[in-house]
Amino acid sequence: MKCQTIHSLTGSCFYVRIQKMNAQNVGDTLNISEEKWTTVIRPQRPWWDLGLGELWRYRGLIALWVRREFVALYKQTIFGPLWHVIPTVISSGVFTVIFSNFAKISTDGTPPFLFYMAGNTLWVYFSGCVSATSTTFSSNAGIYGKVYFPRLAMPIASIISNLISVGVRFGVFLVFWTYFLLSGSTLHPNLWILLLPVLLLIVAGMGLGAGILVSALTTKYRDFQQLLGVGLQLAMYGSPIIYPVSNVPEHLRWIILLNPLTPVFEAFRLGFLGVSSVDPIYVLYSIGFMMALLFASIIIFNRAEKTFLDTI
Amino acid sequence: MSQTVISVENVSKMYRLGEINTGTFYSDLRHWWIQKHNVSSDTPKESFARKDDTMWALKNVSFSVNKGEMLGVIGENGAGKSTLLKILSQVTGPTSGVIKAKGRIASLLEVGTGFHPELTGRENIFLNGAILGMEKYEIQRKFDEIVDFSGVETFIDSPVKHYSSGMYVRLAFSVSAHLEPDILILDEVFSVGDASFQKKSLNKMIAVTKSGCTILYVSHNLGSIKQFCQSAVWLESGKVVMQGPSSDVTSYYLSKSLPAQGAEKSKKELSEDITKPVQIRSVSVFDRNGATVDFIDLNEEFIIQIDYEFRENLEFISIGCQIMSDENQLTLISLSDPELDSSRLGKRKVGYYRSQVVIPAKILNVGSYSIRAGATQLGNSSVGGTILDVTDGVPFWVTDKVGIMKSLGHERKSSLLSLQVPWNVEFRADN
Repeated sequence: MKCQTIHSLTGSCFYVRIQKMNAQNVGDTLNISEEKWTTVIRPQRPWWDLGLGELWRYRGLIALWVRREFVALYKQTIFGPLWHVIPTVISSGVFTVIFSNFAKISTDGTPPFLFYMAGNTLWVYFSGCVSATSTTFSSNAGIYGKVYFPRLAMPIASIISNLISVGVRFGVFLVFWTYFLLSGSTLHPNLWILLLPVLLLIVAGMGLGAGILVSALTTKYRDFQQLLGVGLQLAMYGSPIIYPVSNVPEHLRWIILLNPLTPVFEAFRLGFLGVSSVDPIYVLYSIGFMMALLFASIIIFNRAEKTFLDTI
Repeated sequence: MSQTVISVENVSKMYRLGEINTGTFYSDLRHWWIQKHNVSSDTPKESFARKDDTMWALKNVSFSVNKGEMLGVIGENGAGKSTLLKILSQVTGPTSGVIKAKGRIASLLEVGTGFHPELTGRENIFLNGAILGMEKYEIQRKFDEIVDFSGVETFIDSPVKHYSSGMYVRLAFSVSAHLEPDILILDEVFSVGDASFQKKSLNKMIAVTKSGCTILYVSHNLGSIKQFCQSAVWLESGKVVMQGPSSDVTSYYLSKSLPAQGAEKSKKELSEDITKPVQIRSVSVFDRNGATVDFIDLNEEFIIQIDYEFRENLEFISIGCQIMSDENQLTLISLSDPELDSSRLGKRKVGYYRSQVVIPAKILNVGSYSIRAGATQLGNSSVGGTILDVTDGVPFWVTDKVGIMKSLGHERKSSLLSLQVPWNVEFRADN
């Protein structure tokens, strides 16, 4: 049997937005004063129309969906979110043994365990966001196929519910951090700590951007789903998680600095551990990159959102 | 003047069939390569796949719906109904055309969207409501009403995975039914729950329409469309075949979907054939208002009219008709001049004639029939006659618009006749 796939033409994505229209524009023959359309469905949507206003009106749904994801994940588990504690501790421990004890990679004089945990905490959030949102279309196909609401609500809810797990991991990090601080290790926490919310926002934004980009591309080509695993692994080794930037040879450092995640990890460690070889001003580059990625991704996501049902 | 709340203007939706975009980049690339270099592939299938495999699920569909109206959408499977609803509910986009609407559109393409088995009934009500576009305060305001309607009060705080399937569906439907949108899109959701709940749902839907909500209802159940919708749209291969009052559209739809061969109109004009001494020129069916109809209600009498021409002066001519059932069984016979009264079989001179016969109401059962009309010359004896001309196959249909047969529980018994006459019932004694 020949397998047939049905898909609609490119360019048949459409857009809906709240629009007040004048009767003269509509050109309808009916009662002119009453011609006020609130919803207009067209094949085309202007590329600059991100539909963020509509998303804001559905914030209630986002909140409920976060709750749903959370409940669904932890129901019938005794420890619930506390399950994030064990992997965090184990992976940081393994990193310490392998990279610090065996490979003797420098951690700029900070306790290796804490160094790896710091990197890990943010990295897990990033990779969690990417993986969770990269399947937006495929895992929500059922619900997307039945009801209309801003499609972005789902990936955004994923990002927020992932924040819970990063919160738990961060709590574990804080416990160890306090322990090392009190036991007199060489830690120099400083005011850069206050940058934490911004750092989380950058990571969330980049995770969302990368994730929905992949999810939009996978509606057409499943290849990208496979590519994602490889890409994430490369991104992890391309970011200063298991090594400090100071450890990178001078002539290769520009590559690491090109990575928009680098300033985030470095700024995080600067705040809590007091060591960094990257000027915190580079965080502005990360913010700029995050905004650009998010903007481009949302445009592509919006283009894919209305036709994906025909292709998936 | 009624206000238009939905205006569908020239909406088309195209799907492309075939092997391109099979989901992997590699195969797309290969197809592109084959197309570009016109390489004849090993299998003819592949080169063929690039051909114009497009399918228009909807083609220039235009209609409008007025405020508070309930519009039925009918059509066979694959006619484009679901595509239309999907575009209206903004789940997928049109290829071209514009749809304009006033107010909030909510669709119930399927109830229970977004229900999560681990969440409690209460949580699911809020979640489902939010997905359907309700604000939190709206859900809170209607919460008790929703729970009350669903009849699952006692289990409202247990996870819905412990619900029976009936409870689950009832709860889901209740949320949807209390949505209060301006425009509601329904796709056969009445078939939910047990009989009493279905009745409740129907009443709720009627109440919703009365409150000014506009409803688009897609169903294969012509009965419910006729009953609840004022007007209907009939789609066929992505095109609007007919839009109008629901009773007309459903009747006409019924006629076309009945297995009638060579579906002519119930008026047959015949070309001249001067070799015949008597020729039937046309046969038609009228309702009592004198309009040509294909459909006759069970409860209405109808008229069969035969126009014919005499080219010779002839005696003992009887014009008559037979009504054949769709199983080609002779159901009813009627002759213009009963043979027994030969004094009436007078001489007819050359000219044009018209004979009419009124078939009384409440005789023929629901079904599809065809008329065979003929002119016969009877002999002086009782040996029978000579058929001078005969014409076959003028179709008409008897329908049950009011629903008497259905209400009595026999939609289409194989009986040819259904004599709907009053019965005398008398009380005899206490038992």
